[in-house]
Amino acid sequence: METLITILVGVLVTVAVYLLLSRSLVRIILGSAVLSHAVHLLLMVMGGLKKGSVPLLGEEAESYVDALPQALILTAIVISFAVTAFLLVLAYRTYKDTRTDDLDALRGFENE
Amino acid sequence: MNNIVVMPMIIPLLTGILLIFIRPYIKLQRILSLVSIGATAIVSLYILKLIQTDGILRIDFGGWAPPYGIVFVADSFSMLLVLTTAIVTAIVLLYAFSSVGKAHENMFFYSFVLFLITGVNGSFLTGDLFNLFVCFEVMLLASYVLITLGGRKIQLVESIKYVVINVLSSWFFLLAIAYLYGTVGTLNMAHLSVRIAEVGQGPLLTTIGIIFLIVFSLKSGLLLYFWLPGSYSAPPTAVAALFGALLTKVGIYAMFRVFTLIFYHEPSITHTMIGMMAVITMIGGSIGAIAYKDIRQIVSYNVVITVGFILVGLAVSTEVAFQGTVYYLIHDMIIKALLFLLAGTMIYLTKTARLEEMSGLIRNYPFLGWLFFIAVMALAGIPPLSGFIGKLLVGQGAIEAGAFVLLAIAFISSVFVLYSLLRIFMNAFWGETIISEDDEVPLKKGMLLPCILLGVATITLGLGAETIAVYVQDAAKTLMNPDIYIEAVLNGNK
Repeated sequence: METLITILVGVLVTVAVYLLLSRSLVRIILGSAVLSHAVHLLLMVMGGLKKGSVPLLGEEAESYVDALPQALILTAIVISFAVTAFLLVLAYRTYKDTRTDDLDALRGFENE
Repeated sequence: MNNIVVMPMIIPLLTGILLIFIRPYIKLQRILSLVSIGATAIVSLYILKLIQTDGILRIDFGGWAPPYGIVFVADSFSMLLVLTTAIVTAIVLLYAFSSVGKAHENMFFYSFVLFLITGVNGSFLTGDLFNLFVCFEVMLLASYVLITLGGRKIQLVESIKYVVINVLSSWFFLLAIAYLYGTVGTLNMAHLSVRIAEVGQGPLLTTIGIIFLIVFSLKSGLLLYFWLPGSYSAPPTAVAALFGALLTKVGIYAMFRVFTLIFYHEPSITHTMIGMMAVITMIGGSIGAIAYKDIRQIVSYNVVITVGFILVGLAVSTEVAFQGTVYYLIHDMIIKALLFLLAGTMIYLTKTARLEEMSGLIRNYPFLGWLFFIAVMALAGIPPLSGFIGKLLVGQGAIEAGAFVLLAIAFISSVFVLYSLLRIFMNAFWGETIISEDDEVPLKKGMLLPCILLGVATITLGLGAETIAVYVQDAAKTLMNPDIYIEAVLNGNK
C-alpha cells in the first residue's frame, strides 16, 4: 500500500510540475495546490499507513497508529488553503490591473 | 520551564489581533504597536540576561516534555536576534508613522507588521522543525500582505513571483520534513541531533540535509537570490526596510541551526556546498550591485552580498567565525534597515529612483548625506563602526580553517559593496545641485529621526562591541558545541 501511495505522490508531483512550468497564472496556482496535496500524502506515508488502532487514550489495543503525521498534515492543509486563497485573489487583482495572466508579459523591472 | 520565553512571540501576536478591532483609531494603533514592540525588546533583554545565569531556557507547551511536545528554546544566539529584531522594528515603525500614509494605516498595516514580527520571533525561538515551518508561514503570509498592500501595479507583479517562489520553497520544506520524519521518526531539533549522531549521517540523511539547504537558500537568498532584488524593490520604504533587515536573516538563522545542530557530521559535503554557494552569491551580488542604476536595485543586491558573507562563517565553522557571524548578523540587521530607509527617503525627496537623475543632494539635505556616508562606511567595515568587528572575526576564522579562497572573495566583495554605495554617494549627493531651494521637498523630521537613531545604533554597536561580547561568545559556544543545546532541551529542568 505504501508503494502505491508513493507512486501516486510521484504522479501528482509530475502533474504539478507540468502545471507550474506553464505561463498562465491560474495554471501555476492550480499546480501549487496539487503540489501541496502531493506532499501531504507523502507526509502520511512517511508516518506509516494504518497499522494499529485509533490513537485515543483509554482504548485498549495492541498498537496505535502514529498521530503526529496527521497533526502535521492538518496544519499544512490549513496553511496551504490560506496561501492558495491569497494567491487566487492576488492573481485576480493583477489580472484586473494588467489585463493579462501571461507571466511572460509580467516579467521585468520598470525602467530597465 | 519558564513561561517568559514565549513572550517575544505572544506580545506582538496579541497586540496585532487587538489592533484589528480598533481600525479607525490610527493614533492608538501607532502607540500600541510601538509599546508592544518596546515591551518585546525589554522582555528579550531580560531573557538574554537570564540565560547568562540560568543557562539555556525552554518552555514545554502544555507540559508535554520534549521530545513529545512542542518546545520553545531560548539560547543567546536566538535571543540576540530577537532583541535586535525588536529594536530595528521599533525604529522602522517610527519611520512608517510619517511615511506609509493613511490608506495603509487604515488597512491593518500595523497588525501585519506585528504578525510579521510574531513569525520572525517564533522562528528564532522554536526548538521543533515543524513549528519552524509554521512560524515561517506566519511570517511569509504577513509579508505577502505587506508587499501587496497598496496594490500598485509593480507591487502586484513583483509579489506574484515572490509568493509563488515562497510557496515552492515551503513545499520543499515540507518534503524535507516528511523525509526526515520517515527516516529518524522525530522532529524535535535536539532529539534529531541525538538520533542522527547515533545512526550516523549516511548518504540518505545527507541528501535530506541538502534539501534543507535548498529550502533555506531560497528563503535567505543564498545562490537562489533571483527573486530578491525585484520583490524588495516593490513595497513602500518602511516595509522594504523590514524585509531587508529581517526576512533573509530568518533563513540564515535556520541554516545555522540546522547545519550546526543536526547535519554537522559531513562538513566535507554540506559545508563545502555552502561555501561554494556563498562564493557564487557574493560574486553575483557584486555584479548586480554595480550593474544597475536604480538605487533600490543596488541596495537589494547589497542584501545578497551580505547573505554570502555571513554564510562564509558557517562554511568555515570555527568558534571565532561564529562569533564574527553573530556580530555581523546584528550589525547587518541595523545597517540594512538604515540603508533601505535612506534609499527610500532619497526616492521620496527626488521622486525618482534613477541614479543619473539625482545630483548634489548634499547641498539640499546635508545631514542625510553624511548619514548615508556613515552607513556606507559601516557596511564596508571601517573600524569605529559596527561592521568592522564582524568582518575581522569572520576573516580570522577563515584563516584558522585555511579557507583562503573564501577569505579572499569575502573581502573583495566588501570592496564591491563600498564601490556600489560610494557610487550612489558620489552621483546623488555630490555634483551639481539641481534642486533649487524653492523646489526642495522638505525632509520630514519623522523620516530623519529613525535614520539618525539607526546611525547612532551602528556607532554604539561598533564602539560598544565589548559590552555584548559575553553574549556573542556564549552564542558561538552553543553553536560550536551542540551538546550544550541538546542537554538543555532534553535533560534540563527549566
